[in-house]
Formats: sequence, structure tokens, C-alpha cells
Amino acid sequence: MEIYFVLGIPLAGALALALVGERDWAPEANVGISLATLSAAAALTFDVIGHGPLLAWNEQLFVDPFNVFLVALTALVGATTSIFSRPYMRIEQHHGRVNVRRLRLYHSMFQMFMFTMLLALLTNNMGILWVAMEAATLTTVLLVSLYRTPASLEAAWKYFILCGVGIAQALFGTILLYLAAERLLGAAGSTALLWTHLNDVKDGLEPTVLQLAFVFLLVGYGTKVGLAPLHNWLPDAHAEGPTPISAVLSGLLLNVALYAVVRCKVLVDGSGNGALAGHLMMGFGLLSVVLAAFFLWRQRDIKRMFAYSSIEHMGIITFAFGMGGPVATFAALLHMTVHSLTKSAIFFAVGHAAQKAGTQIMENIRGLISMSPTVGWGLMLGTLAILGMPPFGVFASEFLILITAMRDHPWATPILLLGLGVAFAAVFMRVQAMIFGEPTVKPLPQSPALVPVFTHLAIVLMLGLYMPPYLAEWYRQAAEMIG
Amino acid sequence: MTHLPISIQLINLFAAVLLLVSFAMLSQRRLVSLIDLFAMQGAVLCLSTATVAWNTGQTHLYFSAVLTLLLKVIALPYLLHRLIRRLNVRWEAEPMLNIPSTMLVGVMLVIFCFGLAQPISELASTVTRSTLGIAMAVVMLSFLMIITRRKAVTQVIGFLAMENGLFFAATSATYGMPMVVELSVALDVLVGMLILGVFFFQIRERFDSLDLHHMESLKED
Repeated sequence: MEIYFVLGIPLAGALALALVGERDWAPEANVGISLATLSAAAALTFDVIGHGPLLAWNEQLFVDPFNVFLVALTALVGATTSIFSRPYMRIEQHHGRVNVRRLRLYHSMFQMFMFTMLLALLTNNMGILWVAMEAATLTTVLLVSLYRTPASLEAAWKYFILCGVGIAQALFGTILLYLAAERLLGAAGSTALLWTHLNDVKDGLEPTVLQLAFVFLLVGYGTKVGLAPLHNWLPDAHAEGPTPISAVLSGLLLNVALYAVVRCKVLVDGSGNGALAGHLMMGFGLLSVVLAAFFLWRQRDIKRMFAYSSIEHMGIITFAFGMGGPVATFAALLHMTVHSLTKSAIFFAVGHAAQKAGTQIMENIRGLISMSPTVGWGLMLGTLAILGMPPFGVFASEFLILITAMRDHPWATPILLLGLGVAFAAVFMRVQAMIFGEPTVKPLPQSPALVPVFTHLAIVLMLGLYMPPYLAEWYRQAAEMIG
Repeated sequence: MTHLPISIQLINLFAAVLLLVSFAMLSQRRLVSLIDLFAMQGAVLCLSTATVAWNTGQTHLYFSAVLTLLLKVIALPYLLHRLIRRLNVRWEAEPMLNIPSTMLVGVMLVIFCFGLAQPISELASTVTRSTLGIAMAVVMLSFLMIITRRKAVTQVIGFLAMENGLFFAATSATYGMPMVVELSVALDVLVGMLILGVFFFQIRERFDSLDLHHMESLKED
């Protein structure tokens, strides 16, 4: 039952906000809808803890240990982002960057985006998964171009063409998957695209078709994950769109796209033909880590820099899923969680910092800590967390990934360490300069929302020190299923 | 040589025409003619789907054919025509298009696709499996078109042609995807087209042109 609420609330919210989104209280309504989605997701989570995996609506929707924590995470980050966006977008309106009609579009599309991501996570049908990912692209194209500046239109166009074309490859992969499955499951009842059914018969699927399908699926969904060399859209879309959207793009959309890749990998691995899928993912992952680390040095725009950091972390997670095995997969799932929370917290802090400074160019942002200690500390702690400093959770997951790499693939360890080291130096140097130094920043017309920043960082800190037993149990179960 | 049944011959003929139309689109500079070619591609796709449905008795393919007719032969070309009329780019032509070398790359792509599709089409159980290579080639040729063009509207037509190729692939490999998937994909395409229609006006308002040369400020230097 809760599963319908999780999907229904954001969809109804999107339609309602499309009608009344220009009212003064629309930001509060947006927060309310997101919190309602979060409570529905929490109820769903408790239901799954109590009764185990469930199927709904003619098996079209399903919840298992792998997607349940992503649903909870998506709903949580969606809710905190809506809390952050309330004062943020009011300040943007005050600065004259958006008018009320655009705000209506923004609020409606924000909820629509949440709906498409939750649908992508909860659907059991690989075809609907594709449709939901494409719909997520369309809604975010509108959000990235919200300011209508030449740069934002260019970013949105690039995003649409690259992701649209990329995701078309994933549709071809899905067709090939259907071709392989139809021989075993039959086309009549159309269960041949349902993941649970595919998973049951995966060792009978034709390996050659599945391998080719996986190449297309990885390229397609990998474009949305931001894997190098398909990452070109990502920094532009993050830098030119509104900051709450950068936070949900990095924190949620990349995760959901990677989730799609991993679902496909499970099937390909099960069809039993070598480790092609794993090797491909490891290769793309390592390339992304190294490329992003070196691009980090050349950034001047603060949001672009953290966008490259997202590419780096997605590379680490993809690499870990590619290695496979219980420890690496456990670490990858943990890293998905902590990266999502930390990166969105950083974008919240970055958003207010850029508003205070009136620019996103890092050279012109100075002395955050003396003007606004909370924004400064939020950015500092978030940066330390994302760079993998103990005791934050990112350290735990990166440590696990590194030791597994040392054991199973020693050749990859120096490459990973190089990437992490270069990224550390590049990001730390710039963030330190922005936080200390002579202040150039101005006070804001609205008090910023910093509760989301510290809530996220507190969770990440907790996950580094202590992991609740049921969470660890989920990760273990999911890791077992993914293999 | 054995005689194939007439319906299979028809399907193969349609597949060949589809490939031909894709090449024609690749070399067409004029926007108006490009939209007509796109509509023609949709019409061939619709006829071919209907023939497969008639040949195999798969009734849901008739729905697919009707969907293709409504969306890709009527709705999308109509929207595109209206769009270019309102944007006043009706008679614009693409400058600087090296047709001979684009064609050569296209031919090589087709050969590559046939090679790639060979092992898969042997595994498929449909009567239309030999056309899978052509479907893949249509996808790749549309891809080439998106890469080589510098106008926003042409890139979108390339994107839609790619969707046509994917539809054709689904029909030839598996007699189409489940209905719910096909319907939602069609909905996505339609919504995407409407969004882009609005988008074109914004691009033109900001850049005074739909030429993508103007959109090259965001890159790493």
C-alpha cells in the first residue's frame, strides 16, 4: 500500500503545483509534499523490514533490499533539498534571476523529477525503468534551463542531446535483453521484461546476446551516471542550473542511473560468461576517477569543481561494483549512500556561499567563515568528508574499496590512490582559500537553511562511526544478491 | 534460390526503403525536405509493422502500427512543420556539409552493423530477424546525422529518426516490446518534442539563431 503513496504523492504534487505553483506559499507546499513522500517512504521501509521484499500491481512494482534503501535515501535527500530550496529560491527571486512563473515550473518539475526517480527505482519492468530515466532527463532539462541565460540554455541543450542519444542506446540494450528473455519466458504474458522473472531464469539467458545488450546498457545509462568519456554534460548541467537541482542531480540522479546499470549487471553475470560486465565497469570507473581528478585542477567555478568530484566518486562506486564480491559491493552501496548525502550537503552550502559572494568563481569568494560561520563550517566539514577524511563515512567505504582492490586487483590500487590524492590536493587548496582570507561576501536578504547541511553531515559522521544493524543487514543482503 | 512468401519479401523491401530514406536524410540539407523524409520514414515503418502483424497474426502489432501512424507520420511532422514556420527557418539549408565523406562513413557503419547483428539475428525466432542489421544501421545513421549537423532542429530530427530505428529493431527482433512499454516510450517522445519546441524559441531569443555554433562557450580550456 505504502508503495502507491511513495509514487502517488510526488505525482499528485507535481500536478497540483503546476496549477498553484505561483502562490506565495508554493515553496512551503513543496516542502510539505516532499515530507509526505518521505514519511510514505519511511513507512514502506518499515514494512519491508518487517515483512521482507514485496511485489505490487501485477508484479510491475517491487521492493527488495537493493532498492529499498535507495528509495529511502532518495526521499530523504528530496525532502532536505526542498527545505534548502525554500529560502534559496526566494533569494534568487529577490535577486531577479527567476520570476513567479518560472518558480511554478520549478516546483512542479521538482516533484515530477522526484516521481520519475522513485518510479525508476521501484519498477520491476526494465522497459518502464528506461521510460522513467528518459522522463527524468526531460524534467531536468527544464530545470537546468530555468534561468534562461545563454549558458544555461547551452548546458540544457548539451544535456538533452548527450543524454537523449545515450539513453537511446540503453533502449536498444533493453530490446536485446527482451530478445534473450522472450525465448525463455515467452512474449504472451509480457513477463519477459520483469526483473524478478529475469533474475529467476538468468542462468538460462543467451550469454552472447546479454553481453552485447550490456555494452549498450552500460553506455546508455553510463552517460547519465557521468562515466568518462561520456561525462561532458555533467559539469555544465551542474554549474548552470539552480543549486538545489545540482544537489539532486549529484545526490540522486547519478545514483539511480548507476542502480539501473547494476540491475543489468546482475543479469549478465548470472548468464554465466566470464567477467565482461565487471571488467567494463572497472575500466570505465578507473578512467572516470583519473580524468575527473585531473580536471579538478583546472576548475574556476565552484559548482563545476564539485560536479567533477561527483564524476570521480561515481567512478569509484562503478569500479567497486565492477570488482564484485561481498565486501566491494557492500562498500559500493555504502559509498552511494554517503556520497549522496555529503555531496548534496556540499551543494547546499555552496549555494548559499555563491549567493553571498554573488558569483560562482572561486577566486572571488573569500572569507566565508568570518561572514557566516555556519556556511563556512558546513562547506569545510562537507569538503573534508567528501575527500575521505576519517571519521566520516566516506572514509570507511573508500577504505573498504581500496583494501579489496589491493587484494583482488593490485594493479588498480596505485591508480585509485593517485586519483584520490590529486583530487584531495586540488579541492582542499581551493576550499581552504574560500573559507579563510579577507571576506568579500555580503549578507543575504533571507536567512539560509542550514539544517539540511548539518543533518546530512551528522548522518555521514554516524555512518563512519557506527552503522545501525538493520542498515548493515540490508547492505549485506543486497550485496549478496548483486554478487 | 528459394522463393520467399510475398509478405516476407514485402518486409524486406520496406526494410531496404527504410535504409534508403535514412541515407537520404543524412544527405538532405533543406529543413522542409528533411521533415518530409522523416514522415516518409514513419510511413514505411508503419507499413512494415502492419505487414509483420498480418504475416504473424500478432494483433498487438496492429496497435503499434496505428501508434506509429498517429505519432510519427501525422503528429510529429505536423508539429515540426508548424515549428519551423513559426521560427521562420522553413527554407534554411545546412551549410558546410561534406556529403560524399558522410555517405562513406555511413556505408561503413551499415557494414559494421550487419556484422554486429549477424550472431544475434541467428538467435532470434522471428520471421523478420534478417532485418535486425538494417534496424541497427538506421539507429547508427541517425546518430551520425546528429553528430554531423550544426542546427538544433536537424539534431532533433536525427534524434526522432533514431527512435524510429529502435522501434524497427524491436519489431524485427521480438515482434515489438510489451504494449505498456511501447505506449510509454511514445509518450516520452511526444512530451520531449513538445518541450523542445518551447526550447527552440528560448534558444532563438537568446542567440538570435538556431545555429549551434553560438553555443560553444561551455568547455574545458
